[in-house]
Amino acid sequence: MTARIGVVTFPGSLDDRDTQRAIRLAGAEPVALWHKDKDLKQVDAVVLPGGFSYGDYLRAGAISRFSPVMETLIDQAKAGLPVLGICNGFQVLTEAHLLPGAMLGNDHLHFICRDQKLRVENADTAWTADYDAGQEIHIPLKNMDGRYVADERTLDMLEAEGRVAFRYVDVNPNGSLRDIAGITNEAGNVVGLMPHPEHAVEPLIGSGRTDGLPFFTSILKKLVAAS
Amino acid sequence: MSLDTTENAAKTPDVELPWAELGLKKDEYERVVEILGRRPTGAELAMYSVMWSEHCSYKSSKVHLRQFGEKAPQTDALLVGIGENAGVVDVGNGYAVTFKVESHNHPSYVEPYQGAATGVGGIVRDIIAMGARPVAVVDPLRMGAADHPDTKRVLPGVVAGIGGYGNCLGLPNIGGELVFDACYQGNPLVNAGAIGVMRHEDIHLAKASGSGNKVIMYGARTGGDGIGGASILASETFDDAKPSKRPAVQVGDPFQEKLLIECTLEAFAEKLVVGIQDLGAAGISCATSELASNGSGGMRVELDDVPLRDSTLSPEEILMSESQERMCAVVEPEKVDRFLEICEKWDVIATVIGEVTDGDRLEIFWHGEKIVDVDPRTVAHDGPVYERPLARPDWQDALQADDAGKLPRPSSSAELKDQVLALVSSPNQASKKWVTQQYDHFVQGNTVLAQPEDSGMIRIDEETGLGVAIATDGNGRFAKLDPYTGAQLALAEAYRNVATTGAKPLAVSDCLNFGSPEDPAVMWQFAEAIRGLADGCQQLGTPVTGGNVSLYNQTGEAAIHPTPVVAVLGVIDDVARRTPVAFQEEGQLLYLLGDTSEEFGGSAWSQVVHEHLGGLPPKVDLERERLLGEILISASRDGMIDAAHDLSDGGLVQAVVESALLGGKGARLIVPEGLDAFTFLFSESAGRAIVSIPRSEELRFNDMCGARGLPVTRIGVVDGDSVDIQGEFALSLDELRTAHEGTIPALLA
Repeated sequence: MTARIGVVTFPGSLDDRDTQRAIRLAGAEPVALWHKDKDLKQVDAVVLPGGFSYGDYLRAGAISRFSPVMETLIDQAKAGLPVLGICNGFQVLTEAHLLPGAMLGNDHLHFICRDQKLRVENADTAWTADYDAGQEIHIPLKNMDGRYVADERTLDMLEAEGRVAFRYVDVNPNGSLRDIAGITNEAGNVVGLMPHPEHAVEPLIGSGRTDGLPFFTSILKKLVAAS
Repeated sequence: MSLDTTENAAKTPDVELPWAELGLKKDEYERVVEILGRRPTGAELAMYSVMWSEHCSYKSSKVHLRQFGEKAPQTDALLVGIGENAGVVDVGNGYAVTFKVESHNHPSYVEPYQGAATGVGGIVRDIIAMGARPVAVVDPLRMGAADHPDTKRVLPGVVAGIGGYGNCLGLPNIGGELVFDACYQGNPLVNAGAIGVMRHEDIHLAKASGSGNKVIMYGARTGGDGIGGASILASETFDDAKPSKRPAVQVGDPFQEKLLIECTLEAFAEKLVVGIQDLGAAGISCATSELASNGSGGMRVELDDVPLRDSTLSPEEILMSESQERMCAVVEPEKVDRFLEICEKWDVIATVIGEVTDGDRLEIFWHGEKIVDVDPRTVAHDGPVYERPLARPDWQDALQADDAGKLPRPSSSAELKDQVLALVSSPNQASKKWVTQQYDHFVQGNTVLAQPEDSGMIRIDEETGLGVAIATDGNGRFAKLDPYTGAQLALAEAYRNVATTGAKPLAVSDCLNFGSPEDPAVMWQFAEAIRGLADGCQQLGTPVTGGNVSLYNQTGEAAIHPTPVVAVLGVIDDVARRTPVAFQEEGQLLYLLGDTSEEFGGSAWSQVVHEHLGGLPPKVDLERERLLGEILISASRDGMIDAAHDLSDGGLVQAVVESALLGGKGARLIVPEGLDAFTFLFSESAGRAIVSIPRSEELRFNDMCGARGLPVTRIGVVDGDSVDIQGEFALSLDELRTAHEGTIPALLA
């Protein structure tokens, strides 16, 4: 059997179809989820894709967080449903308080699009098991509001509990505190990051690397093993 | 004052209307009166004045643009030609591609961010209106002098606007140009291109047919932005109490446009749409008159039903508003409910504002009274046509006589080296990463190549790897020296850029940026450029599918360089065969394809080292371009080359430095026999490219070129961490990178 992984489309989601492709390439079955529909269609995991949901108006992710689909998603995530938030999806997860901290505008005030080097700090989450801890990977990054911030206590807690999942290496592209590129919740089922693993799944396309594919194979193996 | 109805207009023939303030000439106004058989109403005048403007009617350019049709090469590839929102080309496997380049020059100078952003918005709506999903954008830009303070105001705003809008739409930005020249100081050129993909059967056209079919307006509400002359009309003639000063530049909302894309495509997929038109320049005036005149019947519109952002707008203003993110669809009555349902799903406001009628009139009502009653063809298509006087400028001979070949050349290896560094770090030749890293080129997950590659390339079929490539090029300096040749050089360069990446050039779109058509010298440049481009397209077999003319890029007496920007679209059977610019492997052999002669007129070297513009541009040999293209495409398909780069601005040394820096691998070059080092490095002879060949392929490659008669020269090898011109100088990649990448950020810091 394979796993069914949902991808939510909010108005203004951009990388929803790319994410579905990445899921397919990893061997799982992508399932389109609609933001107005509370029904998660019994998927085994959910990805909140990148984009500018609601135009990033008010604050990135602030409006989507109140979409009907999020009501169900928040409950199920707390109960252990694996959820990955990419870029705007990460912003939605922080707005929904499934992950701590917040994203501010990039410190240089420009949109930035680059192939970004990251270090995998935590290879024990539902979405990172196919990496080795300490492994360095290249994943495209593209955002306007990517500067991760949290208060010192939260940052110390994240560090102490090993919940910093990814850190920027060589270049901190947006002024994120402690070079944080992605974090996980305590249980390791909810992960959010600013870079876009779905843009690094085919050798010819995008960054020309496949460093992002293990996100999707990690979750697939976990789900298949659990079934 | 009471409403100016058609009845009222007929009864009050002596009322003076502000036709001059709206930009109409006296004889044009008289022609409107003649067409209608009475004076126009205020609303009718608003429509005619905006639709007969240079921008909408092409009145100065039409007589010349005809050549694109008359000289169009025979091709099966063209599915929809000039005249629709954008041309459509068959790319095989049942796929069709639509693409177009447009200008948003003047608004971008006034308000760089919104001007550039809405330029992207407009071109993307043209693509959707053809029935296609937009898959990529490109942005050819020309700015004033790099170190001018105003460039620092305009350029960052333009880049942020293009990025802000395109990124939010989810369209990868895969190509374009950035050129600085003092001639664009008060008139920056902000051109925007877009590509869309559809199945053949999904092509839609802008026409309203079928009596009883409903006209649905959907998207943003109509507001007071982007109203030019209508405000004059409204405030000064009809209602003195009204505030008239509203922004003339439209404000974009990319989020709204993203919803518009998705809901339009969903409606197309369910075959709900008979005809469709986007609302751009001239807003509802344009959409209703074009839909009606292209269809079989007339149209009746209830203007009261148009959703407004500002309830105080007059009917004239509603007709002329250029509020963004609006579309008009013609839908059969029984499908209206489903169409509205889809719009609701995407939270897009949609309203039936009228219907197609049996007659041949476009009638528009306001509060139940008729304010427009016209033959839509007279508004949309029968505008004035001018044969403007043209004259070869009296300075042209002197300019061409000022031969760049006579400029002092470097007299030592050290000087040659310094000039190479000056070239690769000059604003026009420097890396444009500062710009391109503000654009998302990954989104949609199909980008195979993006700038700084020779062409942008998008996969359109995951199964087969079928893809399309696009390159835009233009060189105003060449065109100033000789507009006919300059236009052909732009075409040749874009054609070559597409072929260099392995794609077969298919079709052309153009954005023709010139000064005032009322200046005979400018008109001559314009006529010559079009003649050159039309002849060139005929010879290369690539039809012009559409495009855009931007005139009046002029401040006082000083016009911009004539700047025809040419976009060439190509197709590649399997994107896995694409050829990148970057050197891939040490030890591979570098070959120069084509002939090099002493051609420095308009060159980057003459600009950077001598601030000189004079002489003749490089010679054009389109048969050679075609042969070179065939060789590059065959070599890519058969895996004979691992990297290739076209030679253009800056000549061979610029190309080698770019390929070396991108690949992180140096090159050792030997000046070929018969050439001096200076000409070898800096000449800008056309019809040339460099390729990097694995040693195992050398024989096969040489045999192919020999058999087809393309001169090739082995010039060196990929090697080391410097660009080493043997016997002359070496520059380390680090030094080159610092020089090449530091310039633009430093200018804009």
